[in-house]
Amino acid sequence: MKYKAIVIGTSAGGVEALKIVLKDIESTIELPIIIVIHINERSDGFSKVYEGLNRLIIKEAEDKEDIKNGIIYFAPSNYHLSIEDDYRFSLSLEEKVNYSRPSIDILFKSAAEVYTDGLLGIILTGANSDGALGLEKIEKLGGKCIVQDSEEAYFDIMPLSALKHVSTCDIMSLDLINRYIKKLGGKNCE
Amino acid sequence: MNEIELLEIENLELQLLIEAIYLRYGYDFKNYTKSHLKRRILRRVKLDDLKNITQLTEKMLYDREVLKQILLDLSINVTEMFRFPKFFKDLREDIIPLLKTYPSINIWHAGCSTGEEVISMAILLKEEGLLNRVNIYATDINEKVLDIAKEGIYSIENVKKWTRNYQEAGGKKSFSDYYTAKYDHAIFDQDLLKNVTFLEHNLVIDKTFIDANLIICRNVLIYFNKKLQNQVLELFEESLIPGGIIGIGSKESLKFTSVNEKFENINSTTKIYKKKIGC
Repeated sequence: MKYKAIVIGTSAGGVEALKIVLKDIESTIELPIIIVIHINERSDGFSKVYEGLNRLIIKEAEDKEDIKNGIIYFAPSNYHLSIEDDYRFSLSLEEKVNYSRPSIDILFKSAAEVYTDGLLGIILTGANSDGALGLEKIEKLGGKCIVQDSEEAYFDIMPLSALKHVSTCDIMSLDLINRYIKKLGGKNCE
Repeated sequence: MNEIELLEIENLELQLLIEAIYLRYGYDFKNYTKSHLKRRILRRVKLDDLKNITQLTEKMLYDREVLKQILLDLSINVTEMFRFPKFFKDLREDIIPLLKTYPSINIWHAGCSTGEEVISMAILLKEEGLLNRVNIYATDINEKVLDIAKEGIYSIENVKKWTRNYQEAGGKKSFSDYYTAKYDHAIFDQDLLKNVTFLEHNLVIDKTFIDANLIICRNVLIYFNKKLQNQVLELFEESLIPGGIIGIGSKESLKFTSVNEKFENINSTTKIYKKKIGC
């Protein structure tokens, strides 16, 4: 399978989990990594938190911005983030989904429709069920799903809810997810 | 039928609905952000217990009320008094002194929704002694939200948040001076709206109608694709006097748009721009 994009969704416990998942990823990775994390608004953005973790550019996704390979994008807080057919981001202030804005479901569903079988969707620790329906959509449209091992997850509600909605999905520890992404290398092949 | 085929059909149905709305009623949503359109329409399909988008299209063709509901669904009417207070604070500190130099002032609130930002602006202008010198034109595509805006009556449940916003925005009095609480409603002083003209205006097809000193259009552009964003920004540019000001949403930008060269960024966090003189 050749991936065109990775989407990651997480909530409580996610800041620390992402530090493991994103560690040492090489800039040769030829796809974008797009992340929704439920977190309270902060002015310094996410790039500071993950500074020096890997060689990729880390930035906040902007409305109608072209999505580029080798960049890690975070949804801005308080906006939903979607992927458009022309491989651009869009932002929205629609009502919260699963009490969340940004919502993982909104990102995952829109990404699934655009990248179909070229999408890798990953659900990590979290204390609500956002992302479960999104992951289901990714599976339906031929993408691959990975869920963090709920035994290991700081909060297991999000991984367990996701597992209820997908039938073929890999369960991995954070460390394994990290190795899996790194192994994709320049060709993005499994 | 496999999932990819179903997805393609759903996308086709959406396209047909948009085309049908245009041909039947003249509202053009072709350049709205697609993911947004699709989510809103599918939400309506589900709420009305319909099987698919095509069923909604059929209902809409025969029933204007269904069209009105769709118009409401497509505009995101989440707003609040002094939303993003820093914006109003910066307006007060950086832009009001400029406005004071004009003998009369035209302000255009484009996409004013239910009017909370119009009232916020009127309060700010009143406190700065400018309210009698301004004409505010508050426009929206949607007549239903304009009716709410004209009333100036809102549910009182969010008043704590609004009061906090007002204070953070540099409010000089007590926020409660501007409304009367009655049961669970806050009825705003109609005096604030005396120089406000509410108009139905569709940014996609309608033309410019004023020489504006200030245009406020926040969190509207994100629902448009690149092409329509440029088109609407050109309309704003045309409507502003040289040296006129435009304020957009905090996650919106003029960078990479067709009008970028014609504006200078006064405040990068609150996205307030000034039209260059000589443009």
